[in-house]
Amino acid sequence: MRETNSKYSAWALLRGAFSGHRQWRPAWREATPKPAYDIIVVGGGGHGLATAYYLAKNHGISNIAVLERGWIGGGNTGRNTTVVRSNYLYPESARLYDFSLKLYEGLSQALNFNIMLSQRGMLTLAHSRHDLESMTRWANAMRMNGVDADLLTREQVNALVPALDVSNQARFPILGGFAQARGGTARHDAVAWAYARGASALGVDIVQSCEVQGFVQETGRIVGVETNMGRIRADRIGIAAAGHSSVLAKLAGFRLPVTSYALQAMVSEPVKPTLDTVVLSPATGAYISQSDKGEIVIGAGLDLFASYAQRGSFSVMQHTIAGTLELFPSFSRLPLLRQWAGIVDVVQDSSPIIGPTPLGGLYINCGWGTGGFKAIPVGGWTFAHVLATGRNHELAEPFQLDRFITGRLIDEAAGSGIAH
Amino acid sequence: MMHLACPWCGVRDEPEFVCGGTTHIARPAPDASDHEWGEYLFFRDNPKGLHHERWRHAYGCGQWFNVARDTVTHEVFSVYGIGESAP
Repeated sequence: MRETNSKYSAWALLRGAFSGHRQWRPAWREATPKPAYDIIVVGGGGHGLATAYYLAKNHGISNIAVLERGWIGGGNTGRNTTVVRSNYLYPESARLYDFSLKLYEGLSQALNFNIMLSQRGMLTLAHSRHDLESMTRWANAMRMNGVDADLLTREQVNALVPALDVSNQARFPILGGFAQARGGTARHDAVAWAYARGASALGVDIVQSCEVQGFVQETGRIVGVETNMGRIRADRIGIAAAGHSSVLAKLAGFRLPVTSYALQAMVSEPVKPTLDTVVLSPATGAYISQSDKGEIVIGAGLDLFASYAQRGSFSVMQHTIAGTLELFPSFSRLPLLRQWAGIVDVVQDSSPIIGPTPLGGLYINCGWGTGGFKAIPVGGWTFAHVLATGRNHELAEPFQLDRFITGRLIDEAAGSGIAH
Repeated sequence: MMHLACPWCGVRDEPEFVCGGTTHIARPAPDASDHEWGEYLFFRDNPKGLHHERWRHAYGCGQWFNVARDTVTHEVFSVYGIGESAP
């Protein structure tokens, strides 16, 4: 095992330029699992890696393993549209997601890794008078919750994104919209790698190609996992497995209020800068931005039937592309380069679950649905808190499994019309 | 594209249908506990593999029917009546 890199800086880059860049080392250690840990995190995506990092950083626990079935960041962390925002309706959600966005704002510095956060603004389009009315309510709620939001007229939308068809003849006429200026994009792989590097440097074992195949129970408590690399014991175990949460819950012997769906996205060939804002059109189901590489990134809607196949239906892609081209007629001759899907864990009220499971020693972070990427920092922060202390973080207190029994739902699906 | 065989209209493309989620979920008695109601309303097996679900031919005859389908390969094993039990 070679030692990992020390601090990244412009100085280190300059030094490298004079020495043929031979000093770079892997960003995190390849680890083989020990027989026992204080805490095991199942799932090496953004949420799992952030959890491990904050366990070590905030709570001083470093005897931790992150077990990843594939490779780190190879699931939904590498399959999203990289958008970060906190435009939610209810106070509980606003607190949670805005905390996440604030962590994102300081993440490059905190982790000494450029996550390429670009707060280019996130614009949601209104296509009818009713859209305008509900967006007024939505933006007002955000402001009441201390989150930035601005209502825009059609002229302001046109000035912000000149490529949009705002004419009266448009198939989806644009009457206005609202923007969250602090929303934007971040480099998704960099977020996973930065947390992995940060966690590894604090002593966390990151084990790839390690699949959890069962849980070890003793006297009604989960005390370890069975994996393809053997049995690993731990005092506490946290599941952060997104679309595969139900599969792991079944191994442990309980059920979740989750259905797994395929969510797809696609990119065009790279073109010169043409779109410097994230645009969401709820009516057409399209979520459009331009990557730093120049690709037009298009997020589509869900395939509305249960699926664990990491591919999306052609009909959903067609629907999304058709909507996108009505909004941006100038994109009509862009060839698409790639299309893919991730498996997302959708909950009835479109709000997450961060806390204990019915089994002692086992905790879960799931239910982020189609919006897990923006929540990686807060998911990790609050999940680390409950794993370290056994008590829920105050931000996560409303987001418990028992809300599906008590009926105390936080219904962002009905409230703000957010799709996940 | 996935194809489903509507019992009344025959094989059609998936976008003609709407999926109604897991089927064969028994409604609890009116005096059931909060826990039972919560389980009934929200908690699902969400299996990776064989799944029994209900579909409606929304853009065809409008009828409901049941489907046994694989959630990984999307292979349809059988289509059966809405009142029938799983084969």
